[in-house]
Amino acid sequence: MNKNNKTQSNKRSIVRYTYMITVLFLALTGFGQMPIFKRYYIADIPGLGWLARFYVTHYIHYLFAILLIVLTSYVIAEYLFINRKRIKITISGYIRGALVFGLVITGVLLVIRNLAGSGFPPGFIVFLDLAHLGLVMVLLMAGLYCIILKKKWAKERL
Amino acid sequence: MAKEISRRSFLKGGLAAACTLAATSIPVGASAANNKQQLVTLLDIRKCIGCEACVEACSEANTDKYPNPKKPFPKMYPDRVPVMDWSDKRDVTDRLTPYNWVYIQSATVEVDGEETEIAIPRRCMHCINPPCVKLCPWGAARQLSNGTSRIDSDMCMGGSKCKAVCPWNIPERQTGVGLYLDILPSLAGNGVMYKCDRCYNQIADGELPACIEVCPEDVQTIGPRDEIIKQAHALAKEINGYIYGEKENGGTNTIYVSPVPFEKLNKAIEKGKGKPHFKPVKDTMADANNLAAAMVLAPVAGVAAAVGKFYKMTKTDE
Repeated sequence: MNKNNKTQSNKRSIVRYTYMITVLFLALTGFGQMPIFKRYYIADIPGLGWLARFYVTHYIHYLFAILLIVLTSYVIAEYLFINRKRIKITISGYIRGALVFGLVITGVLLVIRNLAGSGFPPGFIVFLDLAHLGLVMVLLMAGLYCIILKKKWAKERL
Repeated sequence: MAKEISRRSFLKGGLAAACTLAATSIPVGASAANNKQQLVTLLDIRKCIGCEACVEACSEANTDKYPNPKKPFPKMYPDRVPVMDWSDKRDVTDRLTPYNWVYIQSATVEVDGEETEIAIPRRCMHCINPPCVKLCPWGAARQLSNGTSRIDSDMCMGGSKCKAVCPWNIPERQTGVGLYLDILPSLAGNGVMYKCDRCYNQIADGELPACIEVCPEDVQTIGPRDEIIKQAHALAKEINGYIYGEKENGGTNTIYVSPVPFEKLNKAIEKGKGKPHFKPVKDTMADANNLAAAMVLAPVAGVAAAVGKFYKMTKTDE
């Protein structure tokens, strides 16, 4: 492997690990929006007390959501400008991408809902809450399936 | 004090609007004022004599909304999950409970050199941007267009998050009632949360909330935000008094005007479970909402990084 390829591979690893850490913290703080971590003693584990503090998890969720949007925009733009001719997105990549897209859209709408003066109908808010939760659960299951079966987001074009 | 929105004028406007808007069921309080502002209540606490007429009227008006829990309650796991049962203590009126949504808080303070007993009706503040509504994980708590925040008892799971995030810890839980009984009663949920809903159904019918309607001393005035804020400031100026609720938690739809500083009142009142404080409250939703601006810039940053990389590669190729 020449030096250039090695640098590319390192950069892909950085993107991959940043994505995994972002999803982990988003899932943790997202589930923390439900009052479950205190009830089920998880917040009693030393170092995890913050998971039972709703304003803290809410703020951290926003921070990682920003990171996820930066990351997804970077990966999409990189694909369109640089990698489109070299790599091909797999079916599992399209499925996971669609799930992430759905999470970003419902998440952004929920952020708008949280601003003073927003006026979404109550039924739509319930839909957004349940859709956001449902999408993350499917994404986590899909991610686990892909890790176990070593399914990649994209592969080199032949 | 000029009462711009008196009970009579509110009802007059309300009835007129009710006739024209009956089919649309738009809350007449808002439509009576012919604008889209939130409705605010002003409480002139000098007038309150602590007769508890508002407490009784609230109870009568909202009896149908009170919980009727099934007993015995399902065994809940783990054991640390607290059972909150007020069904045998429905007559408690010295604090907020699922069966008592307004109560009279009292304080003995010095006013103009004289020791005076002050009575203060306490209930939900109906925040402009209510954290109980915004942070409810299911959308069971909702804010109406007239600024009333209410909890839908058919949807609430009783997780008590609304109480935890409320700066005044207003909502109160009753176990053994609600949706959780039909899902996983032992493992998730714990009843339903209850609090003042500002008699939203009466307002929708062109009537006043029960506590305002019944008050013999006209302690409360309700009306559009701009007018009530003006009125509150005029009253505070007139009596050289103090305002609470206008700025707290980013602004609420309940404004108290007092002849003594709220810091003093807060020291004098009994505080604790079901007994809210009068402390200053910062805007609890502001920290996260300030990040919303960064969220708008996030895609720009991501694309810019990719474009930068593309430009660098093009230069290297040359």
